[in-house]
Amino acid sequence: MPSSQCIHSGWRWRTVSYEFGWLTAVGLIRVFVCLIPQADIFQEYIIKEDAVGFQVNLTVLLDCLTIFGGSTVPGVCTALRMCYNGYGYPLTLFLEEGGVVTVCKINTQEPEEPIDFDFCSTNVTNKVILQSDSLKEAFSELDMTSEVLQITMSPSHPYFRLSTFGNSGNAHYDYPKDSDMMELFQCTKIQTNRYKMSLLKPSTKALALSCKVSVRTDSRGFLSLQYLVRNDDGQICFVEYYCCPDEEVEEE
Amino acid sequence: MQTLFRKNIVDKQNIMDCVSTGGNVKVLAKAIHSLSRVGEELYLEPVEEGLALRSVNSSRSAFACFLLSPLFFQRYQAPSDQSFRCKMPIKSVQAVFKSLASLDRSVEKCRIQLNSEKSRLTITLHCKHGLLKTHNLSYQDCESLQAVFDKGSCANVLQAQPRLMVDTVLHFPPSLEEVNLSVSSDRVWLRNHVEDDADSSRAMMTELCLSSEEFDHFAVGSQTSVTFCLKELRGLLVFAESSGLPVSMYFDEPGSPVILSVTDNVLEANFVLATLSEDSHPKNHVNSKRPDTEQPPDDFMSDDMDSFLIAMETSELPGLSHVPTSPPRPTNNYRKHSFSEEEEEEEEEALAEGPPNKKFCSLLFGSVLPTPSQLPNQTMQSQEVLASDSEDENQTETS
Repeated sequence: MPSSQCIHSGWRWRTVSYEFGWLTAVGLIRVFVCLIPQADIFQEYIIKEDAVGFQVNLTVLLDCLTIFGGSTVPGVCTALRMCYNGYGYPLTLFLEEGGVVTVCKINTQEPEEPIDFDFCSTNVTNKVILQSDSLKEAFSELDMTSEVLQITMSPSHPYFRLSTFGNSGNAHYDYPKDSDMMELFQCTKIQTNRYKMSLLKPSTKALALSCKVSVRTDSRGFLSLQYLVRNDDGQICFVEYYCCPDEEVEEE
Repeated sequence: MQTLFRKNIVDKQNIMDCVSTGGNVKVLAKAIHSLSRVGEELYLEPVEEGLALRSVNSSRSAFACFLLSPLFFQRYQAPSDQSFRCKMPIKSVQAVFKSLASLDRSVEKCRIQLNSEKSRLTITLHCKHGLLKTHNLSYQDCESLQAVFDKGSCANVLQAQPRLMVDTVLHFPPSLEEVNLSVSSDRVWLRNHVEDDADSSRAMMTELCLSSEEFDHFAVGSQTSVTFCLKELRGLLVFAESSGLPVSMYFDEPGSPVILSVTDNVLEANFVLATLSEDSHPKNHVNSKRPDTEQPPDDFMSDDMDSFLIAMETSELPGLSHVPTSPPRPTNNYRKHSFSEEEEEEEEEALAEGPPNKKFCSLLFGSVLPTPSQLPNQTMQSQEVLASDSEDENQTETS
């Protein structure tokens, strides 16, 4: 199941809501991740109530999903069936690989109110869509001694810039708006925001799997990263990261 | 408009501006990578003859220098007064050239600039798809790092394709520190160096023998055997193999440094490695300053001194004649071997450890150089009682 690869084990709780097929994880209040496998990713998708919500421990869920090893072996498929009988019942996972069936029952909890970062498309100031390849290289080279990653988006030079401030100096990665890696460029005003590197680093897992990423900031400087992940069957999945800014930075 | 205006001003104030393109960017990156195998700091000095990138190891027993001529660059502008030199942690520079394998596919141009206003060295990589990577690295001012060596005076010269040397060195475990190279009139032996006090029944001995025919050039003046550190040799081979250039080895008798060299018409790389002195028994590599009991307590009283004085006189280094230098010095403990470097901070450190070279340097130059002021921090300060009583008129008590 491709979506299991997108779940970062650093998050503690996972809320499952089947209404829109959203799986969300919240960590540290400052970053909000959700994985949206479209309903058609499932071979069977049966839901008997309007909305189903519960909470399970993410580490436990990950351990169960990867009970057969977790790494993909060509030609070998793991089948998964998830069942939930409602309030008070555990989440039951049936996993089958090569004729071996494992049943996992994970205790569920009351879902916490999902933290609403209140990021809506009407507030978006700047938006770019980039092909992931170029960002992958940049993220793999980022100076990890920098506590923050600064993102500058502007209708004029430098257009889209990632900056770090580390022990040996600072570094800037500039993507021009007419780059062929830039699929969409909609920036209305210059904005520079800093985000804690430690909060954004986990997003590189999703970046690694994705083929495109949309980067948006709103008027408050909140960051939205949406990764488009395509699995082996060509089905699409989205992973979203929301991150609040570290501090307000004046325009350069 | 404003951006254009600012750009013009910046250009005028560029102290240094070097642009390399295409495959040379990878060569530059590989040179830096190679230097990182020697020392932890990169010394950068743009001179008229080209851009010098140097490194030295902590025990001062290995020195490496890459000189990239102006022809290596698409554009080369060095400071007119040749007064700029700096050093920075080599890891910082390596971080600029990550993804080494794909560098030639992704990077079109690399620009190294120094603006007089900032104390940052700017390295800009112009990559495919319009991506621009700019690194502003902080650096420290420093004095020039130099070693005196003269390839021309070496009795033995071998030259081989890098592949031969890589394949040979492959047989030695990565943990092996020292290797012994012996030559006769038609053969070369490479052996792992085993300490005499090691338990020979448990040590693994590896010996490779190469015929002179395997070498592109084989000129052995006299049969000899030298022992030096393998780590830095491997560092050079990393570069040589990727460049495909033949590796030349220049060496003399034990105690004289071995010089490994790779050159083409736009660059020259020299790795100068100290070798163990002939009758040394390396009982203690780290702290021993006492040479073998057969020899007088101070090495510099031995015959080797003459050859080094000669080496000093005959070798010439560009633009640095005003810097008094000391030749790479053999000591039985070659880990204490040192190259001249007049950085104050390092002198203080070194003096605290009492490196023999500083000591002998002052004794050697005490008589040769007229003014102590040429070595302001060195001459009167080294006072360890390594040397015998013979040269005590300039010595003061250890501070």
